[in-house]
Amino acid sequence: MVDVASLSTGAQALRRDAAGPSGPKPRHALSRRNIFLYGTLIVVALYYLLPLYVMIVTSLKGMPEIRLGNIFSPPVEITFEPWVKAWATACTGLNCDGLSRGFWNSVRITVPSVILSIAIASVNGYALANWRFKGADTFFIILIVGAFIPYQVMIYPIVIILREIGIYGSLTGLVIVHSIFGMPILTLLFRNYFTSMPEELFRAARVDGAGFWGIYLRIMLPMSLPIFVVAIILQVTGIWNDFLFGVVYTRPDTYPMTVQLNNIVNSVQGVKEYNVNMAATILTGLVPLIVYFISGKLFVRGIAAGAVKG
Amino acid sequence: MSNSQRPNQIFRNLNAKIASIPMILTALVVFVGGTAWTVLYSFTNSKLLPRLNFVGLDQYHRLWSTSRWLVSIENLLIYGAISLVFSLVIGFVLAALLDQKIRFEDTFRTIFLYPFALSFIVTGLVWQWLLNPDFGVQRVVRDLGWTSFSFDPLYNSSIVIYGISIAALWQGTGLIMCLMLAGLRGIDEDIWKAARVDGIPMWKTYLFIVIPMMRPVFITTLVIIAAGIVKVYDLVVAQTSGGPGIASEVPAKYVYDYMFFAQNLGQGFAASTMMLLSVVIVIVPWAYLEFGGRKRG
Repeated sequence: MVDVASLSTGAQALRRDAAGPSGPKPRHALSRRNIFLYGTLIVVALYYLLPLYVMIVTSLKGMPEIRLGNIFSPPVEITFEPWVKAWATACTGLNCDGLSRGFWNSVRITVPSVILSIAIASVNGYALANWRFKGADTFFIILIVGAFIPYQVMIYPIVIILREIGIYGSLTGLVIVHSIFGMPILTLLFRNYFTSMPEELFRAARVDGAGFWGIYLRIMLPMSLPIFVVAIILQVTGIWNDFLFGVVYTRPDTYPMTVQLNNIVNSVQGVKEYNVNMAATILTGLVPLIVYFISGKLFVRGIAAGAVKG
Repeated sequence: MSNSQRPNQIFRNLNAKIASIPMILTALVVFVGGTAWTVLYSFTNSKLLPRLNFVGLDQYHRLWSTSRWLVSIENLLIYGAISLVFSLVIGFVLAALLDQKIRFEDTFRTIFLYPFALSFIVTGLVWQWLLNPDFGVQRVVRDLGWTSFSFDPLYNSSIVIYGISIAALWQGTGLIMCLMLAGLRGIDEDIWKAARVDGIPMWKTYLFIVIPMMRPVFITTLVIIAAGIVKVYDLVVAQTSGGPGIASEVPAKYVYDYMFFAQNLGQGFAASTMMLLSVVIVIVPWAYLEFGGRKRG
């Protein structure tokens, strides 16, 4: 890992230069370096914030103002009508009850999917870390390799399986699909966490006569709350933001919010109401954004782990 | 573990085995079984329903002579090259800037990363609005007096894929920045001191000392970006629905449309198998380098 050659020459140099001036170079608050550094960062930050700003500003304008003005100017007359319309009366196909339908569908999809996928994966990870049986690692490797297979390859076989069971198009079916595809990354997450816990803990509990479930519920679960929080963050944002599974495995009346949003904004019939579209877009992005701003550093941990699945 | 008594191999560790049933089913039925099923049926002429009527490589011949598929592949390559190069460069530069012991580091990081919390659908729709030629950036610049200014990537079929890449970069570079920042933080402080004492300029230190040291981070990041590129779908659906015409089609959309709209399952299976193949081409050399070349340790 460490480049030994550069280190040792550096150390020699350190000795050689020890006689010269020492201590940190005095810095000024407005040095050229600082102006460049903060200038660049602020410009980039503004660029990143711009779409959010435009979304909010647009959603608060009336349509006449949008047609006249430019997208960056703040609203002259603030109106919340687009928000009300987006939530309650915007049309997708024949349904004209707005995004609220999609919102509640997404809630009904996300909550059980998060609970189920985390329950399965945490027990799996625990079994893999502490109760390894013959062949367990083989299945685990298949699972991790499977995380890299494009979903498109497995979509249709799952349609057939769900149809055979009779839950194709229902929310239950989608919950199962989310639990399946959340499994690789979550199992990895939990397995690594449980493996890092002290072995003596497990041994002591075994000596005291605790079994598989006893150790899981009374020792592992209470001791691994942080990793559960990371998993919840990962799953809530991931499942809420999903589009592909929603569009494949549900019907129009059970569409999750993302699918319904896309149908509202990209529908070809009717006059385009950009303010309603932007209000609807913010509404859909709100849940993951709130999760993000509340969770802070834990979110970073979650995505660093979740990123492995790509 | 629990080697003391073993009455029966199957009943040993029974609870762990029961608990692993979902994992075993997922691994065997969905991942292995599902993939094998799709690959197998890609050699049939299934139309509305999957049928085992083998036609050899016919579907693949048809696939590679369909202009929409060729456009999809071309788009994927352009999109992939842009995502790879720009998200690595921008991500690394931002991470390096944040690593200068600056104030408000958390604020900047929060701002750069928030788009990653948003879905591709939301990202696509926002950028569709920003790039709208009648109301968006183009109109604003024209109103400033530069009337011949033209910037409408989403309505110009020769550059539409670049318009999509802009949105993708906005959404994804924050993640790359975070991974790079973690990598930079893992570098020994003494390296920096030694380089400074040797009088090596900062950019040279980054280029010739720090980046080579961060090789593992770069490889992981590369795999993450590559896996994301192949899967691109929602972003295109939201931003352009593949238009204008077929100019911004991507393979994942081809698969979905042929399976669920065109009712030409065989084509969908063949296209998804090609996607699988492309992932294998990326992953296998990586896995070989990571785990095959040297023994773990």
